[in-house]
Amino acid sequence: MTDSVSTAAQTPDVEQPWAELGLKADEYATIREHLGRRPTSCELAMYSVMWSEHCSYKSSKVHLRQFGEKAPQTDALLVGIGENAGVVDVGDGYAVTFKVESHNHPSYVEPHQGAATGVGGIVRDILAMGARPIGVMDPLRFGPLDAPDTRRVLPGVVAGVGSYGNCLGLPNIGGEVVFDPSYAGNPLVNALCVGVMKHDDIQSSGATGVGNLVVLYGAKTGGDGIGGVSVLASETFTDSGPTKRPSVQVGDPFTEKLLIECTLELFRDDVVVAIQDLGGAGLSCATSEMASGGTGGMQVALDKVPLRDSTLAPEEILMSESQERMMAIVEPAKIEAFMAVCERWDVLATVLGEVTDTGRLVVTWHGETVVDVPPRTVAHEGPVYSRPYHRPGWQDALQADEPTPQRLARPTSPTDLRDTVLRMAAAPNLADKEWVTEQYDRFVLGNTVLAQPEDSGVLRIDEQTGLGVALSTDCNGRYAKLDPYEGARLALAESYRNVAAVGARPLAVTNCLNFGSPEDPEVMWQFAEATRGLADACLELGVPVTGGNVSFYNQTGDTAILPTPVVGVLGVIDDVTRRTPQAFTTPGQVVYLLGETRDEFGGSEWAHEVHQHLGGRPPRCDLDAERALGEILIHASRDGLVDAAHDLSDGGLAQALVESCLRGNIGVRVWVPDGLDPFVFLFSESQARAVVAVPRSEEVRFTDMCTARRFPHQRIGVLDDGDPDTGPVIDVQGQFAVALEQLRELRTRRLPDAMA
Amino acid sequence: MRVGIVTFPGSLDDRDAARAVRYAGGQAVPLWHGDEDLSGVDAVVLPGGFSYGDYLRCGAIARFAPVMAAVVDRARAGMPVLGICNGFQILCEAHLLPGALMRNDRQTFVCRDQALTVANATTAWTSGYQEGQRIVVPLKSGEGGYVAPEATLDALEGEGRVVVRYAGSNPNGSLRDIAGITSENGRVVGLMPHPEHAIDALTGPGTDGLGFFSSVLASAVSA
Repeated sequence: MTDSVSTAAQTPDVEQPWAELGLKADEYATIREHLGRRPTSCELAMYSVMWSEHCSYKSSKVHLRQFGEKAPQTDALLVGIGENAGVVDVGDGYAVTFKVESHNHPSYVEPHQGAATGVGGIVRDILAMGARPIGVMDPLRFGPLDAPDTRRVLPGVVAGVGSYGNCLGLPNIGGEVVFDPSYAGNPLVNALCVGVMKHDDIQSSGATGVGNLVVLYGAKTGGDGIGGVSVLASETFTDSGPTKRPSVQVGDPFTEKLLIECTLELFRDDVVVAIQDLGGAGLSCATSEMASGGTGGMQVALDKVPLRDSTLAPEEILMSESQERMMAIVEPAKIEAFMAVCERWDVLATVLGEVTDTGRLVVTWHGETVVDVPPRTVAHEGPVYSRPYHRPGWQDALQADEPTPQRLARPTSPTDLRDTVLRMAAAPNLADKEWVTEQYDRFVLGNTVLAQPEDSGVLRIDEQTGLGVALSTDCNGRYAKLDPYEGARLALAESYRNVAAVGARPLAVTNCLNFGSPEDPEVMWQFAEATRGLADACLELGVPVTGGNVSFYNQTGDTAILPTPVVGVLGVIDDVTRRTPQAFTTPGQVVYLLGETRDEFGGSEWAHEVHQHLGGRPPRCDLDAERALGEILIHASRDGLVDAAHDLSDGGLAQALVESCLRGNIGVRVWVPDGLDPFVFLFSESQARAVVAVPRSEEVRFTDMCTARRFPHQRIGVLDDGDPDTGPVIDVQGQFAVALEQLRELRTRRLPDAMA
Repeated sequence: MRVGIVTFPGSLDDRDAARAVRYAGGQAVPLWHGDEDLSGVDAVVLPGGFSYGDYLRCGAIARFAPVMAAVVDRARAGMPVLGICNGFQILCEAHLLPGALMRNDRQTFVCRDQALTVANATTAWTSGYQEGQRIVVPLKSGEGGYVAPEATLDALEGEGRVVVRYAGSNPNGSLRDIAGITSENGRVVGLMPHPEHAIDALTGPGTDGLGFFSSVLASAVSA
């Protein structure tokens, strides 16, 4: 029997499964208060998914507000936080929208589909802003490379990302692959999508205009992903719990490809008033958010929803997270044109109801009213928690455990230094990631100017003018563990630096904040510190946060992941032909090290790889220096002063030289500057640094520019194609030499060998 | 010269193929899978992608699209047709070319800058190359392993119908390193690598792929 609104009014004392649906007792009481009666089972389903941590941001909201409150002054932001994704003005009438989201929990349960639908979901978010999706990136984090479960999770995730993105025809231009024991059992699968449109094409998601029609189009609704957000993303995994696979959605990229082309044609023909994608919380989310953001009321007949499984109950239809669905608001006069476009693309479209001015979201099921709620209470006025937090008791001891030479033995002899270079270059976090990226199409759409392993992905958005965008995502979770405030700032600094390294001007920020359980006050402290740090740093660097995503409950039992605030920075480059690649290419060019090198090894890749040590303070974050370095890199690119640039981050200078040399298959003769310890020179992770290759003809202009800006720059080497017999080498003069072929062999074999 | 680019549901590299035709100096004409005539084009490109999702066998559904009847008719009459990746798979399914494409022997999708050797520089699409020329063109496919009966392979080689071969390591298990083949009359060519992604050093490994498109334009002028 249907649990209608009138039934609910007559049977106030019926026991309801609010706890099983993830609601707390006081949340259930609040729902009863909002409605003045007990909720129907459909209403309960709706509130439970919309008030889940994943959809409501109830634990994070009070902290996320800082991104708005501390937002820097900027003209670049056309749409800010709150819509499906933020929109940035990149000039010439173009607007770019980008966002990163997590699909962590589903990807652990079912790596292939979890990762695939993560891509699908973020692509629809971008599409819903009115933009054509033009590229994706995937920051991925796994347990140790040699852990047995990594061999299950990693290949599945990579194949899932690849199969969905490749089949959609979106180039995959970057991301990260990071290994750390804390991610065993809690892999992080974040997905970023970027889209482009003209200013006039920006779409809204508010259901406005009384009498306008509510249309559901795309795939049919099935039983997959029911309760995905409340069951999966909002609870900690336990070792003994039942399998959660039925909560993972299944993706169909072909349908999504049709949905993209169909939707873009709907925009082109100007037949939609508003649009929203169906992702987490499915129809519950789309109907309540669109109604809440619009005229205020909506009437929907749930029995009209086309089903893959005819036995689905109305509660399940409301909660289903079946993929590849969109909801549009269409004027009655334009519905015929709307349907014609859908038919051309073989996309199923169904009118479910209309926009009203009642201020209520009313859902019927075969004539009976099963939902009658104020939509704001579902979508925007959910619970908000100021969860308790405190600095962990172990934090001081962790920070006091500095990686001094007394604590961690350092290589000093030339032989030991050489061995360290070889070992580091092939460390899981620093080894060649081609085994992963070879499974992604980076060419499709024909506008990919730079892709992984370059510092940033660069996409051309206008073939005539050469206007383009650059994107990078970064985070060092070890830094964030040592100091979450500084760690988040350092994540922004690195991403900003990567965008500047290719010659693009950083404009805006997205983030995916991956943390453990917010119910643990120590995790909550990490989150509070990280958001505060990121908001402060965005203000200082003048780049606003345009949107993002929070993923909590990334922990198994009491063990949380490293706090991992992944930061994505978008930059603009006026002429993509001026981009600076990473590869050293021309013998005789001079290598400069920009920035100041200090003895900084807290949270470093060296301490992690060689000593399995994490302690001390992360490297100093100096955002003024980052900005100054960024200016130099951008000007050098524009004026043709450098032919290659590579930021220094994990693994320090040695790693940057290895990567730039291998990419261009050319060697380098390097000398250690006076007064600097060779080990510190090669492996320190001091920030705000980069290496550049300068043509001799530009050397004076380049150094003059650095001098004028008072930025530290040291001439540390010369590119050299090496002896014909031995091939190119990295020769650290007076210390050691190592052949590129040996480095290449070690670096490229590491992942394939582990996955074999 | 007008070169038709067919868009099937799930085609992905159709814009890229059109761009390549333009770069070579031709006029790209979009064709829709449901079209029954070819708008009077002089040649046709079946672009890469995942037509109809490729949930059955790659290209198995696309060959039944209305537009394919016209493509097959005109191809048999000598119109140049180039099938790239999924387009190659469709040409095999439509029996314009022999053999089939199987899942890569490595079992994973592979995207890389691939070295190729031009084995036949006389087809409508390769006349601008030299036989034996080394070119680098992106390969990006999950089902690119070319297979055919031994007798067919012998015949293809005997008749000089292997157009391009993988140079260096074989990326997908293709028999006899075959990356692309042609019809008996040298007018229909299918290959797994993507020449349309090698037309500009800014967005690809170089410009080695442009020759496919300039060849067909030249053949029209000389014909």
